[in-house]
Amino acid sequence: MATEFTLNGAAARFDGDPDTPLLWVLRDHLQLTGTKYGCGIAQCGACTVHLDGKNRRSCVTPIASVAGRSVTTIEGATGKTAEAVKAAWVAIDVPQCGFCQSGQVMSAIGLLAAKPNPTDADIDHGMAGNICRCATYVRIRQAIKDAAKHVETAA
Amino acid sequence: MNAPTKIPVASRRDFLAGSGLVIGLALPMGKAAAKAAPAGEATPFAPNAFVRIAGDNTVTVIIKHVEFGQGPATGLSTIVADELDADWGQMRIAFAPANDPLYKNLAFGTMGTGGSTAMANSWMQMRNAGASARAMLVAAAARTWGVPAAEVTVAKGVVSHGAKTATFGDLAATAATMPIPEKPTLKTPAQWTLIGRDTPKLDSLVKTNGSAQFTMDVQRPGMVVSVIEHAPAFGGTVKSVDDAAALAIPGVVAVKTIPQGVVVYAKDTFAAMKGRAALKVDWDLSKAETRSTDTMIKQYIAAAATPGVECEAEGNVATALASAAKRIEATYVFPFLAHAPMETMDAVIEPKDGGADFYAGSQFQVGDTTAVSKVLGVPFAGMTLHEQYAGGSFGRRATPDMGNAVEAAMATKAFGGTTAVKHVWTRENDIRGGRYRPLIVHTIKGGVDAKGQIVGLDAVVAGQSFMRGTGFFNPSAKFDEAMVEGLTGSAYAFPALRVGANELKNGVPTLWWRSVGNTHTAYVMETFLDRLFELGKQDPIMGRIALMKDDRAKAVLKRVAEVAGGLSAKSGRARGVAFHKSFGSYVAQIAEVSVGADKLPRVHKVWAAVDCGVPINPNVIRAQIEGGVGFGLGHALYAEITLGEGGVVQQSNFDTYRSLRMAEMPEVEVAIINSTANPTGIGEPGLPPIAPAVANAWRKLTGKVVTRLPFAHSENA
Ligand code: FES
Ligand code: FES
Repeated sequence: MATEFTLNGAAARFDGDPDTPLLWVLRDHLQLTGTKYGCGIAQCGACTVHLDGKNRRSCVTPIASVAGRSVTTIEGATGKTAEAVKAAWVAIDVPQCGFCQSGQVMSAIGLLAAKPNPTDADIDHGMAGNICRCATYVRIRQAIKDAAKHVETAA
Repeated sequence: MNAPTKIPVASRRDFLAGSGLVIGLALPMGKAAAKAAPAGEATPFAPNAFVRIAGDNTVTVIIKHVEFGQGPATGLSTIVADELDADWGQMRIAFAPANDPLYKNLAFGTMGTGGSTAMANSWMQMRNAGASARAMLVAAAARTWGVPAAEVTVAKGVVSHGAKTATFGDLAATAATMPIPEKPTLKTPAQWTLIGRDTPKLDSLVKTNGSAQFTMDVQRPGMVVSVIEHAPAFGGTVKSVDDAAALAIPGVVAVKTIPQGVVVYAKDTFAAMKGRAALKVDWDLSKAETRSTDTMIKQYIAAAATPGVECEAEGNVATALASAAKRIEATYVFPFLAHAPMETMDAVIEPKDGGADFYAGSQFQVGDTTAVSKVLGVPFAGMTLHEQYAGGSFGRRATPDMGNAVEAAMATKAFGGTTAVKHVWTRENDIRGGRYRPLIVHTIKGGVDAKGQIVGLDAVVAGQSFMRGTGFFNPSAKFDEAMVEGLTGSAYAFPALRVGANELKNGVPTLWWRSVGNTHTAYVMETFLDRLFELGKQDPIMGRIALMKDDRAKAVLKRVAEVAGGLSAKSGRARGVAFHKSFGSYVAQIAEVSVGADKLPRVHKVWAAVDCGVPINPNVIRAQIEGGVGFGLGHALYAEITLGEGGVVQQSNFDTYRSLRMAEMPEVEVAIINSTANPTGIGEPGLPPIAPAVANAWRKLTGKVVTRLPFAHSENA
């Protein structure tokens, strides 16, 4: 049975195994490879997408559970907050290897949507599920703060 | 540092297929190699090239190193752009093809990235490449405008003479016909406009918006995905496989046995993983390594109590220690550690007539490509390496036996050798897949005289060598330098010193891991010295400086003390210092620590001072120190790979192999010495000092001497 859902604002469907995690539907079937595999067990956050606007680990989200819902991936991350986050990321060269960064950016956008002016503790908590093996955490923290400031002053 | 590469005399350059100027350096080589031009350049007359200037005014630097986050793509481009007087905005990068004559690492003799050599071995090469291109652009402008070359200037990508100006793109076609200068004039440091300044990284945007392509993202027509089940213990082999349940899973197309394990092929990754979970494999473990790490550690401790092979000696350490007023000794245990780069091991191989396309974030580009060609039985000339961004490595992607490429090639071949195969490790394969930082045990003895001066150190290392028997090891060497580096060749002058090594056999495959032997030697040296200074009532910073024989070492230690404002901390916290020189670079760090809620060190801030020669891009240097601190700290606090009875790895993913997370990352402040020495490494040297700096602070704060890593190990509770 096909699963129908909204992907980055457009209609999408998947005809295969309904157990297939959203991550692999995106990567292997819909050619959206910005969302990454890092652990497959909701430990690293590399696969973070937004499901109905909220941060979600796509590696443990069966495609069947996405039916009728709205998925946003890094490729479709737009809007004021998303643009501010991406600009802040580039401005201070957050990425090293880059493999975790789609997930970091998506988590940061989700965090700022919930907490427009996050404290250090909010950032610790909101980003706790995203591992960066290159340990770019210092710059992630800074970029989140820079993005928050930018959204606030632009508002 | 290597001598500047000679530029060959060439009277004329053939213009390249309508696109622009290709220029570069010829390394000493035969004519045959000169035919091999970088991918995308059709002409057989292309000089071997590091720089391409196109009619659209872009300057592309051919990057001979893998880019997995340490910033060589930006670093190498910075050097070229500066000598070329290009505008930073016109710079582009392209990864080099597999071609040793053109692109070998001058320190290795083959293409490869590691040992923090990217800048050191490319420094003069890239300067010459940029300066040559600049001279030819100037000559082209002089010819076009009929003015003396000496009057032509170049700045920010614009070539000028009086009111006349031209872009590089305008001049590319003419420049390509100009003679290559035999010895281009290099800038003096005072003329640099980019080197030594913060230039933005060239790959930040694509790595932020999800568009950077990694090997795992490669899709080829008709491609299948393969995953592998490895033996449960190292050295195990397949006895028999029941693949009926696996093959019954929709999407699974085949199951094959190769020497490395059982491979499941499917139309997508999830089906392949599901298929693997359904396998029933009977393993032959008769030749496997079945000892537990507990057993190994006991054996290593016994070995470390014997003198071992002498690696370095100064004076008579036995006499010196016998005369000491006070003596201490310690035994240190360091666990196996996985690299766990964020992108697991992977490769895509697409066979074609007489060769194959090979997609990988290869760290030994020629070695890996050769290995694939051999397994597939096709000539090297038929192979095309498509080098991808790599999602981290920390040493893991470089294996002396090209094991990652070989396994992917065997999986491709077993499927029939005509279909494109994406071979992907799951995180479980990665954590349980070996090639770890070796398990290492140290014993060390030292003493101070009545005045508190250190009289000598007697150090023994017991561990396994991952170098011996590989092409990277000199078979006549009496010991493996990678086991003891850092204790040997240290920046300190001790009145008496002996470093011994005991090599033990172990069936667990091991590998270099970010900063290699320095991961443990720095910890031993720097924590033990701290205790000796306390025993001799010496200040940890002044005591170190007094022992140092090298002014650059003293300078970083003084600098870090300055920026941190010394070693005193507010109540409830303590500061520890450590210094280590590795890969030619000097790094000192001070860590401020309190006791965390989990009873482990909570590191609030780290100050670092670094001298890595000319700081080509301070932005990248700071990033590497931040990353080295985080990577080193996470492992020192939380990580270890253990084997239970039967030799089964007890960790499998990030739930059990704990990584540093956001809340645990300290603030990091980096001071960079404005050195004029030739550039040295930065990808690794930031790591060794962090664990001992934290341990030294922890001992001050709690009185606990941690000699068993990680800190979270139950013995330290
Ligand atoms: S891949 Fe989903 S959390 Fe790691
Ligand atoms: S940038 Fe490499 S894992 Fe985060």
